Amino acid sequence: MLTVADLSVHYGRIRAVRGVSLRVDDGEIVGLLGPNGAGKTSTLAAVAGALRPAEGTVTFDGTEVTGHSAERMVRHGVTMVPEGRRIFATLTVAENLSLGATARRDRAAVSGDVEDQLERFPVLRRYYRSPAGRLSGGEQQQLAIARALLARPRLLLLDEPSLGLAPLLVDLVFDTIARLRAEGITVLLVEQNASRAVELADRCYVLRGGGIVAEAPRGQLHPDRLGALYLGDREVL
Amino acid sequence: MTTAVQFVLDALTAGSFYALFALGIALIFGIMQLVNFAHGELIMVGAYVVYLTYRWPWPAMIAATVAAVVLLALLMERIAFRPVRGANPATLLITSFAVSFLLQNLAQMAFTTLPKSADALPALSRSITAGRITISWLSVVTIVTTAVLLVALALFLRRTRLGVQMRAAAEDFGMAQLCGVRGNRVVAAAFAIGGVLAAAGSVLLVSQTGGISITMGLAPVLFGFTAAAVGGLGSLPGAVAGGYLLGFGTTLLQYALPYQLAGYRDAFLFLGVFALMSLRPGGLLRTAGAEVRV
Repeated sequence: MLTVADLSVHYGRIRAVRGVSLRVDDGEIVGLLGPNGAGKTSTLAAVAGALRPAEGTVTFDGTEVTGHSAERMVRHGVTMVPEGRRIFATLTVAENLSLGATARRDRAAVSGDVEDQLERFPVLRRYYRSPAGRLSGGEQQQLAIARALLARPRLLLLDEPSLGLAPLLVDLVFDTIARLRAEGITVLLVEQNASRAVELADRCYVLRGGGIVAEAPRGQLHPDRLGALYLGDREVL
Repeated sequence: MTTAVQFVLDALTAGSFYALFALGIALIFGIMQLVNFAHGELIMVGAYVVYLTYRWPWPAMIAATVAAVVLLALLMERIAFRPVRGANPATLLITSFAVSFLLQNLAQMAFTTLPKSADALPALSRSITAGRITISWLSVVTIVTTAVLLVALALFLRRTRLGVQMRAAAEDFGMAQLCGVRGNRVVAAAFAIGGVLAAAGSVLLVSQTGGISITMGLAPVLFGFTAAAVGGLGSLPGAVAGGYLLGFGTTLLQYALPYQLAGYRDAFLFLGVFALMSLRPGGLLRTAGAEVRV
């Protein structure tokens, strides 16, 4: 479904991502792990069209989409939930959700989908007409995911969805991601909670210093090995 | 009592002008962090369109002015501001000065530096008198037009999909694009609305003063920017509040200052603005979004 080849992302003279290649197959959850500054978010942003890669190609469903803008990527079927949620605080929950469906042409089906997301995240129904800025961090994360799902993405890019959440809400987020797989949505997940991500993902890539240092299917990435990879070992399985 | 009513009417008239100017500036600032000093030139160009068309039937004159100013605003966005979108505020500001000077010079080539005069909407120069209160039809039209435009803009921003997208883009442009909002369309729409507000300002201003000159955009943009800053740059309700506050301030000074000092009205006004801004540097209604952005 998604193929990233030799991707590099630069910020001025800083090279955040250097020659990253990865693939995500239909229906998979793929984890992108690594220490801070490894280039995970930059990789995700380059796929989502939020950043223009300096080199390399991004191919989605057989079409090259390198450098396409974020608004075009949403129309291709790729939606990103960025780190920090970035909900529109002064807009109501209802308006945030409707914005998620901006790119859709099937307007008639949107209200049914909004209802589905309110079933999935009941807390959003309670605050439906309130400014989203009043929601707690966990509620905002639910809104951010619901908003992204309203685009009906085929590939969902999640950047640190559990960051800063209470343990109970972390469970909720991971349960939601597992259910998305069952619903046929492919997920590329950047997550600092490595042990939970390794449990959930079908495959994981480990990034360090802007490059991929390991790729492993589920069950083959044990916490102690992961720790060594974070700190400096390099291996490609 | 009579004086109080007369005062409120005068203040509302002045405030309406300032609110119109401030809103045009705040709208563009909210969406692309640009203090568009060329907004004054939209008003100036609109005034020249009024000069060229004031003998036409008034609906045709207004339609021509709105069409010309909206078109110019869209061209300004497409040619000058789109290439520098997302650049640092200094670059945006200098670009807006460049556009402003360019338009002034083009107007000078077309119309010379000699001021022109136009008797636009002459019917509005008549007054209504009730007891000791006098109000011109122009003041009534100014107050009502501004109120209608404010309500229309508020409804557009709250009730339409493009309006909601515009509010989202003003809060977090990058995130709006990640939702699929088309950045170019939203910014162009904001400029078009700015153009409508500027055109309204042109028609009302020419009707009030009768004079048109190439530098006439400066005062509206200065007062508009001040009103927007007083209200909290980027906040649209703030811009409107700032506009009316400034209107009340100028009218109060006009009533209160002895005639020897009347010429210094604006100096006293800006002294008040200075005091207010030092107490509330963020303006009266600074938005949460703006706090995060700056």
